[in-house]
Amino acid sequence: MMSTRSLWSQILLLLVIITVCVFPFYWMVTTSLKTQIVALEAPPVWLFEPTLDNYREALFKDGVLRTLINSLVVAISTTLLALFLGVPAAFALARFEFRGKRDLWFWFITNRMVSPIVLALPFFLIARNLGLLDKHITLILIYLTFNLPIVIWIVTDQFRGIPYDLDEAARLEGASQFTIMRKICLPLAIPGVAVSAIFSFIFSWNELMFGLILTRTDAKTAPAMAVSFMEGYNLPYGKIMATSTLIVIPVLIFALIASKQLVRGLTMGAVK
Amino acid sequence: MRGQVSRKTIFGFIGPAVIGLAAVGIAPLLYAVWTSLHFYNLTKLKRVEFIGLDNYWTVLTDEVFWQAMGRTFFLLGTALPLQIAFGLGIALALHQPGLTLLKTLCRLSLVLPMATTYAVVGLLGQVMFNQKFGVVNQLLGGADINWIGDPENAFTMIIFWDVWQWTPFVALVLLAGLTMVPGEVEEAARLETKSKWTVLRYVQLPFLLPGLVAVLILRTADTLKLFDMVFTLTRGGPGSSTEFISLMIQRVGFRGFDQGLASAQAIILLIITIILAQIYIRVFYKEV
Repeated sequence: MMSTRSLWSQILLLLVIITVCVFPFYWMVTTSLKTQIVALEAPPVWLFEPTLDNYREALFKDGVLRTLINSLVVAISTTLLALFLGVPAAFALARFEFRGKRDLWFWFITNRMVSPIVLALPFFLIARNLGLLDKHITLILIYLTFNLPIVIWIVTDQFRGIPYDLDEAARLEGASQFTIMRKICLPLAIPGVAVSAIFSFIFSWNELMFGLILTRTDAKTAPAMAVSFMEGYNLPYGKIMATSTLIVIPVLIFALIASKQLVRGLTMGAVK
Repeated sequence: MRGQVSRKTIFGFIGPAVIGLAAVGIAPLLYAVWTSLHFYNLTKLKRVEFIGLDNYWTVLTDEVFWQAMGRTFFLLGTALPLQIAFGLGIALALHQPGLTLLKTLCRLSLVLPMATTYAVVGLLGQVMFNQKFGVVNQLLGGADINWIGDPENAFTMIIFWDVWQWTPFVALVLLAGLTMVPGEVEEAARLETKSKWTVLRYVQLPFLLPGLVAVLILRTADTLKLFDMVFTLTRGGPGSSTEFISLMIQRVGFRGFDQGLASAQAIILLIITIILAQIYIRVFYKEV
């Protein structure tokens, strides 16, 4: 029943939304393929001969490859650690009644909202005193402050959705709570575990401030590396955009995979 | 019976997470409280001394601190209404029937900005908003606007990126709310009235409210956290025109080396955050 005119205006509107969302990425990728001379042309050029030199130089000469590996190691380790600590806790929150459960929830969720600078100040001093600056483990541990709450929240929600009858049946056969979690509930909760792992990875991979403050060279993360290109007078814009592209591609892929759960995860389940 | 488990079992499940989070989340905070009660300057470590609440007193009477706080809430007050207005528009457009393929494409595009590394958004800003070779000035018809070097323009630019990155989030939250409206109710309402406004106000709005409250609280928390994007784009400048609260604390602690004062600022920020989180929980987790 829609008139053709309103149909066309709707199509136009959707195309505008898509363009606004995607254009910065288009510009990032094309700039990354420009030589420094082309990148500094004013006004900017849209058609040019693309080159992969920026990627080659950034990855192998400036050591961006190493920082990407650092980011990968940190993000995967902290995610695994968050799952290892968080899944049993989520099971307890979903299945058991105990005193202080509400306070525990409150504390977990508060962690998600605290500004990282609040933790960065003392963490820096502690890490310095313990000789833990510029070490992967320091980032892996501090990233738990936002990963653990998100894992616990998403997985608790998933466990709650599993019928309690299954536990009951297993318990009558003498299975311990731990066996029930591992053998019965965990296999059914895999979707939630996977989504929480994706979230945890994205948040850790994207993080800049702790990487900037707690690392120098050995454990430097990719975002911190990208920022270090910003020093000096003649900024290598093509190289900065090449590094940015390398950083952003994995998260965008993960985000698209988890796109249906993204809003749910970002609101900690307030919006289904 | 649900919940008939020994305390030992419960602790076995939940203990590791609690201990882990306490070690990385609470121990440092206690250390920050200790630091905040001392004169603690990274360049004068021989002179660390207990000064009681002096740092807190300095913060509470410090104009610069409250200006940064005011600036942070001003950013929230300008960006959030724009995000809600655009977000609502997008959600309503996506909620209309038809054009399935294009809409799926649109929803996928919306996911991209909010997943983007904040630091990369800032770097993109450096490139796109450059006065000479930036594409933004080109698209504005060859304008010669100094975005990064002018206080007011820099602030506008930060608003632009915040709106770009988080409007999709608001849109998807509101879209989720719109799909909660029972189909028959919405259809009945559309038969009653031709005014889209009336349908929105009386039929759809009640379903949008929980999402709007979530957006309000989470965007407030995120604006108090805002650091990466602004740091890579303007470092809080020019002057202090884009120095939001988290950037300011970072400057005092790491570029001004006054860890004691910065810790006191951080603790005050933490208290504000806890109040916010408390409200959030009261609203959304009644059943826990």
